Amino acid sequence: MGTTLDARGLSCPQPVLMALDEIKKLNSGEIEILVDTDTSRENVSRAADSQGWCVKNVQQEGEGYRIVITKDL
Amino acid sequence: MSGFRNFLSTRWGVVSVGAFIGIIASLLQKLGNPVNMGICVACFNRDIAGAVGLHRAAVVQYMRPEIIGFVLGSMIAAYMFNEFRARGGSAPFVRFILGGFAMIGALVFLGCPWRALLRLAGGDGNAIVGLAGLIGGIWIGTLFFKSGYSLGRSQKTYTSAGWLFPLIMLGFFVLMIIFPQVEGAGKSGILFYSIKGPGSMHAPLAVAFFISIAVGFLAQRSRFCTMGAFRDLILFRQTHLFSGLLALVGVAFIVNLSIGQFNPGFVKQPVAHSMALWNFGGMVLAGLAFALAGGCPGRQLFLAGEGDSDAAVFVMGMIVGAGFAHNFGLASSPKGIGPHGAAAVIIGLLVCLFIGFTMRQKRV
Repeated sequence: MGTTLDARGLSCPQPVLMALDEIKKLNSGEIEILVDTDTSRENVSRAADSQGWCVKNVQQEGEGYRIVITKDL
Repeated sequence: MSGFRNFLSTRWGVVSVGAFIGIIASLLQKLGNPVNMGICVACFNRDIAGAVGLHRAAVVQYMRPEIIGFVLGSMIAAYMFNEFRARGGSAPFVRFILGGFAMIGALVFLGCPWRALLRLAGGDGNAIVGLAGLIGGIWIGTLFFKSGYSLGRSQKTYTSAGWLFPLIMLGFFVLMIIFPQVEGAGKSGILFYSIKGPGSMHAPLAVAFFISIAVGFLAQRSRFCTMGAFRDLILFRQTHLFSGLLALVGVAFIVNLSIGQFNPGFVKQPVAHSMALWNFGGMVLAGLAFALAGGCPGRQLFLAGEGDSDAAVFVMGMIVGAGFAHNFGLASSPKGIGPHGAAAVIIGLLVCLFIGFTMRQKRV
């Protein structure tokens, strides 16, 4: 199980910065990111995609989303 | 509906929205809005401040229905697509101050980022200097973000708290209906109107209002943001929002060219001055304040429409800032900067740097 980042309540561009920091740290594996707006969901997914990570799952959770991104070694 | 939603948040979606704004802005000029100011969120908030008497600059008083339409359009979209989230509490007073100084910076240059792009599309060379300042300010903002700057998390709040700002806008619209403009009169009931100058120039109320609802709707869906366009390019090398910005300039340029609204040059440009240092400096301040607050003035309106009361506080900061800008002689005019404009830009930059340096969290 990878790391979970809580980006709920943070405004642009912080959710993306958090996700990219973790992506750089891990290089591969699985990261879960919690966000609370559709804008953040789209931005984080787009950023992950641009780094070669795959958006494996996006689940509604409460009023926000749980995004799971993965990259194989 | 989901296909539509996905489309507007794709690259072509944001390009379409940028292009739409470019067309609309140029056409609104044709229909009566000031030249090279088809839509200017800073100028129009300033005109609203004048309409309610927060400043008494006689040439810039009009309750701009565009601002009202943007907020209501965004709210309609947010509700239609289940994205309305009442939230707030992320350093609201800091955002108010940022809004105030963003407005002061924008009024030293004479325009928000949208108008900077529209001025460029209309041939005003001074816009290049302003845009360079804007990019500089946003770049400084990205350095703060990289070093852990954060205004903290917002919290979920009462749905009704998210309605307050759209309701205020609706209230402003009702005031306009109750106290309509009377030809040749500077006041109608409690509202101030301009008899001459940019405040007296406007497209027909209904046209401006309904078109702006459409802009607000589309911009909410696409997350169009001019500050974000430069910020994401600098911070992540991402061109997503930037492509929307390019579409806005490109389309506005083509429309201006085809309807005879393109007049290239640096001097005697409409509602502009050519003091390069302060065109640059004003927009460095505005750009930095927008970056620290997380959105350009247009985006702040759309966020306020989808329930973000922190964005609403930023907008109120802009409106109050406009009052200070005109009452204290900080705002520029076509003759040049105001008597205290330079001092205000320097103070504003110091305040923004203070906020940026002191509001950093350790990044995990």
